[in-house]
Amino acid sequence: MHPVRRRRLVLVLFVLVVSSAGVGLAVYALRQNLNLFYTPSQVVRGEAPADTRIRVGGMVVRGSLERAADSLAVRFRLTDGDQELWVRHEGMLPDLFAEGEAAVAAGRLRAGPLLEADQVLAKHDENYTPPEVAEAMQAGHEARAAREAGEAGTP
Amino acid sequence: MIPEYGHFALILAGCLSLVLGVVPLLGATFNRPLWMAAARPLALGHLVLVAVSFACLAAAFAGDDFSVAYVAANSNRLLPWYYKLSAVWGAHEGSLLLWVLVLSGWTAAVAVAGRKLPVQLIARVVAVMGLIALGFHLFLLLTSNPFARLLPIPPADGADLNPLLQDFGLIVHPPLLYMGYVGLSVPFAFAIAVLLAGRMDAAWARWMRPWTNVAWAFLTLGIALGSWWAYYELGWGGWWFWDPVENASFLPWLLGTALVHSLAVTEKRGLLRGWTLLLAIFAFSLSLLGTFLVRSGVLTSVHAFATDPTRGVFVLGFLGVVVGGSLLLYALRAPTLPATAGFGWRSREAWLLANNALLVVITCVILLGTLYPLLADVLAWGKISVGPPYFNSFFVPLTLALAALLGVGALLQWKDTAPRRLRGPLVLGLAVALASGGLLPLLWGEWHWGAALALAGASWIGALTLVDLWRKSTAGGRPWRGVRLLRAGYWGMVAAHLGVALAIAGAGVTETYSVERDLRMTPGESQALGGFEFHFAGVDEVFGPNYRSQRGEIHVTREGRAVVTLAPERRRYLGGQAMTEAGIDAGLTRDLYVVLGESLGAGAWAVRLHVKPGVRWIWLGGVLIALGGVVAICDRRYRVRIRTQAQVAPSAAVAEA
Repeated sequence: MHPVRRRRLVLVLFVLVVSSAGVGLAVYALRQNLNLFYTPSQVVRGEAPADTRIRVGGMVVRGSLERAADSLAVRFRLTDGDQELWVRHEGMLPDLFAEGEAAVAAGRLRAGPLLEADQVLAKHDENYTPPEVAEAMQAGHEARAAREAGEAGTP
Repeated sequence: MIPEYGHFALILAGCLSLVLGVVPLLGATFNRPLWMAAARPLALGHLVLVAVSFACLAAAFAGDDFSVAYVAANSNRLLPWYYKLSAVWGAHEGSLLLWVLVLSGWTAAVAVAGRKLPVQLIARVVAVMGLIALGFHLFLLLTSNPFARLLPIPPADGADLNPLLQDFGLIVHPPLLYMGYVGLSVPFAFAIAVLLAGRMDAAWARWMRPWTNVAWAFLTLGIALGSWWAYYELGWGGWWFWDPVENASFLPWLLGTALVHSLAVTEKRGLLRGWTLLLAIFAFSLSLLGTFLVRSGVLTSVHAFATDPTRGVFVLGFLGVVVGGSLLLYALRAPTLPATAGFGWRSREAWLLANNALLVVITCVILLGTLYPLLADVLAWGKISVGPPYFNSFFVPLTLALAALLGVGALLQWKDTAPRRLRGPLVLGLAVALASGGLLPLLWGEWHWGAALALAGASWIGALTLVDLWRKSTAGGRPWRGVRLLRAGYWGMVAAHLGVALAIAGAGVTETYSVERDLRMTPGESQALGGFEFHFAGVDEVFGPNYRSQRGEIHVTREGRAVVTLAPERRRYLGGQAMTEAGIDAGLTRDLYVVLGESLGAGAWAVRLHVKPGVRWIWLGGVLIALGGVVAICDRRYRVRIRTQAQVAPSAAVAEA
């Protein structure tokens, strides 16, 4: 082979190997750090993995917020209009966190099921609902409506 | 009537941008001097019309004209006047108008300052910028008219500006960031003009360089300011969140940095021409992508407040036309001359090329992490978010590698460097880096490898930069004789590189040694953290112009001596929005940062305390980097050469010093 061509071939192969190794590494790292979003219904049905960090969003159920007397630990329930999920968190809650409002909690699932949240996010202004939560609420309400219609139809 | 005048001026500006985008371009193609000469007056006229339109919108805000939908949605009678002004760019429509205003400003600046450049080139550059402006005018007029009225019954009062945006940082952050974002359209337009002309010499690199530097410096300042704003306003005590909107501004900055360096190679040695043009195209494309990400509302993010799909589709289409069109042009016209000059691995070219490769890799990794959730959403793989660990696990080692390269690269000479010139500085640099990595972290208590690596990297850059400065300034035999001979370009490089070192040191120290604690505190209680004693005195109610606030009082002492009294607030705005204002004591060595949470009943409050050493260095480093970019363009050669250029002939500038 012509030396110039051989050098070019080596260069191309080198770039190819290095870049595919890089892409492989990046995709691997990406998969390790993905946080999937689940609705409370999906978690209750057991569709969420237990060994990885997930996000769960919904409305904070009115009257469900409980505080510990001597620390910042809180417990509350999230709902998508169909099922409810307990969330436990220790730390400060965001400004706009309130009962009856949208919130997203991120953390790991424990037996119960209960979400041990290391982070709780609330919407950032009065008129905004996170799109995932809006979608989850709609799906939850529809599921409930369908179920109730089904129950009413077959007594 | 004023909003109608503004709307009318905007429509006229749109029409003018069409003329601006077509006539000079045709003039350059068919060699019509009069058509090409039209570029400058057209660009100035366009600037005036857009400025009039912008002033009309500002007047509507100042005069509380709530019949204008945009004003009603983003202002309020009680808003102080300076926030009324900044509310002009507080949301989607107005910030796009600001985009166009900045673009028309850059276009006019290029048209005026380019009088000494070849008339064909400038006509093409200005025309390309006119076409970009046309795209944004269509976007404004068709999908996001800021002057739309709420008739027949306008609201009595506005809904108020998002309280997060009622802040000094947000008065200056968008204009600075847009100066940078949009400024990258200048090198882009130069690249397209060069490709259209098919010029093969590399004189354009020298003309492109100052513009690229200024735009990049603005972008640097804008990003640093955004990070500072997020730090003190969001109340989380973090300075970078790998939020898609932050990434959207960081991606063009990374490629802009690569461009600034590859332009040096192209200007000085005439190499990497095709690569430089490609970088110019991609840097601006990423600016547009950033605009798309932020403005289309495709992201679940604190920043994205627009949620109208027609807008997203428009920007995506525009992005497709710009990127696709320029890549097609590149494929057809890229400089195909084989590189005649070679360079060895001890040359500055080789190391700048390695710098470019690393920066491009970093850009790709961040782009992948930013777009992956969107891709997954579109392909129905689920709702995904990518966590900061992904970005950090790539960005941190790659940045340290970049720091290692930077130290050496700046020492090297073009073409080749004698090994004996390198040995001394490298040994010294290595010794300084090892010593500071081993010892400096002990200043903050426990030795930690993360801080050690960052400090070693920073002092490696610092030591090698200063050694080179010392050597160059003693070049005349006596100390300081050489100082006067050093050029602005060199000083700019020194400042920017020291800025990088400072930012790396700050990031390493603050990420390693910051301490924070979430607490339940009752008035009278004290808490020790990071060598300070935080004493919680209580909370009172205070009133601002358009909010009422619960304000905590926290006395900080150190070894019994009073340090500062902090007043974190929880505000509730009249529009209903709630927000925390952190109490911050800024310092060169450390920040004290206190957030007041909700009332827990029985007089107790949730409180978060932070002690953050070195966090200011990150932004100071950013300011130094930007300063370096600005200093570098004061270099004499950008003025003197261009003048001789105009006197002699357009292609005489190939001759290289």
